[in-house]
Amino acid sequence: MRYLPLTPADRTAMLAAVGAGTIDDLFADVPADALLSGPVEGLAPHASEMAVERHMARLAGKNLSAGAAPFFLGAGAYKHHIPASVDHLIQRGEFLTAYTPYQPEIAQGTLQVLFEFQTQVARLFGTDVANASMYDGSTACWEAIAMAGRVTRRKKAVLSGGLHPHYVGTAETMAKFTGDVIEARSPVLSAQPDDAEVIAAIDDQTGAVVVQYPDILGRIPDLAAIAEAAHAKGALLVVVVTEPVALGLIEAPGHLGADIVVGEGQSLGVGLNFGGPYLGLFGASEKFLRQMPGRLCGETVDAEGKRGFVLTLSTREQHIRREKATSNICTNAGLCALAFSIHMSLLGGEGLSQLAAVNHDRARQTAERLAQIPGVTVLNDAFVNEFTVVLPADAREAVRSLADKGVLGGVALGRLYPQDKALHAGLLVTATECTTDDDIETLALTLADVLKKGA
Amino acid sequence: MNAPNASGWKPEMVADDGSVQPMTVSGDKGLQLEEPLIFELNRAGQTGVDIDAPKRGPVAGLLKFLRKAPAALPGLTEPEVVRHYTRLSRQNYAIDLGPFPLGSCTMKHNPRLNEKVARMPGFADIHPLQPKHTVAGAFEAIAELSDWLIGLTGMAAVALSPKAGAHGELCGLLCIRAAIEAKGEKRHIVLVPESAHGTNPATAAFAGFRVESIPATEDGRVDMEALISRLGPDVAGVMITNPNTCGLFERDLKKISDAVHASGGYVYCDGANFNAIVGKVRPGDLGVDAMHINLHKTFSTPHGGGGPGSGPVVLSEALAPFAPLPFVQREADGRVHLVEEEEIASTGHAQSFGRMAAFHGQMGMFTRALTYILSHGNDGLRQVSEDAVLNANYILRALEDVLEAPFAKAGPCMHEALFSDAGLAAGFSTLDIAKGLIDEGFHPMTVYFPLVVHGAMLIEPTETESRAGLDRFIASMRSLAERARAGDERLKTAPHFTPRRRLDETLAARKPVLVWKGDKA
Repeated sequence: MRYLPLTPADRTAMLAAVGAGTIDDLFADVPADALLSGPVEGLAPHASEMAVERHMARLAGKNLSAGAAPFFLGAGAYKHHIPASVDHLIQRGEFLTAYTPYQPEIAQGTLQVLFEFQTQVARLFGTDVANASMYDGSTACWEAIAMAGRVTRRKKAVLSGGLHPHYVGTAETMAKFTGDVIEARSPVLSAQPDDAEVIAAIDDQTGAVVVQYPDILGRIPDLAAIAEAAHAKGALLVVVVTEPVALGLIEAPGHLGADIVVGEGQSLGVGLNFGGPYLGLFGASEKFLRQMPGRLCGETVDAEGKRGFVLTLSTREQHIRREKATSNICTNAGLCALAFSIHMSLLGGEGLSQLAAVNHDRARQTAERLAQIPGVTVLNDAFVNEFTVVLPADAREAVRSLADKGVLGGVALGRLYPQDKALHAGLLVTATECTTDDDIETLALTLADVLKKGA
Repeated sequence: MNAPNASGWKPEMVADDGSVQPMTVSGDKGLQLEEPLIFELNRAGQTGVDIDAPKRGPVAGLLKFLRKAPAALPGLTEPEVVRHYTRLSRQNYAIDLGPFPLGSCTMKHNPRLNEKVARMPGFADIHPLQPKHTVAGAFEAIAELSDWLIGLTGMAAVALSPKAGAHGELCGLLCIRAAIEAKGEKRHIVLVPESAHGTNPATAAFAGFRVESIPATEDGRVDMEALISRLGPDVAGVMITNPNTCGLFERDLKKISDAVHASGGYVYCDGANFNAIVGKVRPGDLGVDAMHINLHKTFSTPHGGGGPGSGPVVLSEALAPFAPLPFVQREADGRVHLVEEEEIASTGHAQSFGRMAAFHGQMGMFTRALTYILSHGNDGLRQVSEDAVLNANYILRALEDVLEAPFAKAGPCMHEALFSDAGLAAGFSTLDIAKGLIDEGFHPMTVYFPLVVHGAMLIEPTETESRAGLDRFIASMRSLAERARAGDERLKTAPHFTPRRRLDETLAARKPVLVWKGDKA
């Protein structure tokens, strides 16, 4: 077995050294009827590297990958070009095979990366501080709602209909068990986001107002107005960003009055990976620091006075506070945070703005081209790289037919909102720097063809 | 930038003992490299990514939302970025550099085939919301992993969406809570042994339960009589780690499970230590109702400096109907498909407690773990636990004469060996041994955990250490133990040979500096 260094002779000698006759003497505490006498039945024996690779390649080969087709999906997971150096650097064994940096003298590499990451996220979001990452955007969103509840001592959260339905579902699941009250609403196929409805729903019991920016249909809410309304009632504004590249073009939520900004960081440095692993971004105003969840890295000095970094404020965390912790989270998304940070370091602020501008340009061209198809209308007045089109029929059918013709044409709203028939004509379309003119033309021609046959 | 050293000045400094120490102008010392923050390397307007200029500007509707200035983030060219992160990487210890015997963390070798497979475009470059018929191979891979996890644990079902171990704990407890509510009962107490990992009580509290602690016996196990006497109509269940955090097998788990079930409760098993028994014992045979499996421990997906993890939860027949969305289901004809919100009613899963996160779980970890499992097979996995347990006992017996091993006399340990600080010279602690181990070129063991042993040192070598490697580690540990017993003061200032000496954690917490502000006046 290529991963097991002990030889049969080693095992014999080591058993003798510990005073055991057979290996099962070391399993003496296991009740005899629970100790298996041989390998678990019905499962395969070991295999060579070549055989395993061949098997896994066969499974991978059954999937249509984004790079192999005209591709227009988004809705919380985005295809961007990842510079080659990102994946090369995160595969360095010193990063890949290190543990959580509990021994700071031999983990300054990871710790300095986390400190730089926190600074990058805070500057991207326009918040005072940020943590060292969470599992993903959806869990970060729930943690923000819970944190706003701790800060305001109020149990009610008002959610915009523009919040990703998986994020809403995650919050609703958690709230069932914590006693929080989630007031959610469905989106409506209209050019404007539901700012007015959200503002009207804020009352004296509201602790968190949660708004996605840009929202699930690609629209852009007026954060300053919502922040003012939330603050007037003593609530905190939580802004959710599922596409951080958009912040290269539109104003940072922290500059518009957001108290907590969370997001999905996958767009920078991390591939689609069928939904995970991704990384949650979490930024907040400094005055709420001690209510923040998740790992935090802080600057300090060593015994010789040199600058160094450590995990800090761990008195909030589960391994110290146990049942009184601010969160049960133990792990962050370290390696994904590293990938995000490297990609961000390559881009820089101006590079990010340039990237966002190209994304918007590609989306604009896609929207204008699709609007030429009879029966297709573009919903949005404003968008960055993702927008909604309304088709004459259920978009799930169109998406399926497009895929049969080798085009991954977008996310049908029926997939996200199966219960809400009023949304089923909606198709969410995303374009990024990866989208070529040919891709756009192929989508337009194929969609026109599919709709003609469906009519 | 430093000026060239035209004067011929030789940087030296006089140390406390009067000797002259060589210093350098750069701050680097040979291969010991200093590295500034990326913000301090910033050159305004630079970038490491060439991006085409957009053909046109924003649509009219977007104009009022535009940001006033680019984010104040550094940009550097590719050679600068590659060098920055490579230099930083050299300040990290890692499994690839040597043993990493952190107890309860299972830091084993990460096979590189796993990395290669996870990066195949058919896995890495597929979107979670693609039409399902375009990702049949992804569902097959998930179903294969499910079959293995169910087979190795002897359970009925598996929920794959939890993102990490603690998230898996939460999933298991939410299943228990949903099952209790479905029966119309009100049980609000969860019993947790005092030796448990901190995530257990934190998770139970987050799932809305009240935590009651159960004491340990003299031999380091759950006090079964205390536990059983506490059972009743208000107790939802117990959370037990097996093997436990003292590295011992809970001999009475089956009896405990039977008693818990008889009283109407459920048994949650923390699977953090599954590496000790994989292929040897099936938790389902011990009456467990739910157990999370840290794919980043037992199944070797890389820890990555603190994540991402992955925490699938295997479930008993009693809890399976409450599993979270989404999940992959295998039909009678062998085909697999994904059950999401759209299908719950039609597939008889209306009791699902809902969604725990966006999308389908940590696919990139599933492919790595499946690759690892297929490589080992059922025989290799059994050898994994046997070698892991043998290596730990080898360390236990090689050190028990120089370090106090509180449970060693009663019998063997499982995959980790536990020692206390009893017998060290006055003023010397577990921390001094840990920091001394750093100077010896090893990552320290887990320290001060479990809490039930004073000054605990928990050593988990894993199966991927060779006998010669164990002997080198043992030699260093014996030396350190003897120095700490003899009161060698130099241990108290260790580590001496690292890029940074002991760091001031009190200062970091008292005046938190969490972001760089060097460019703000």
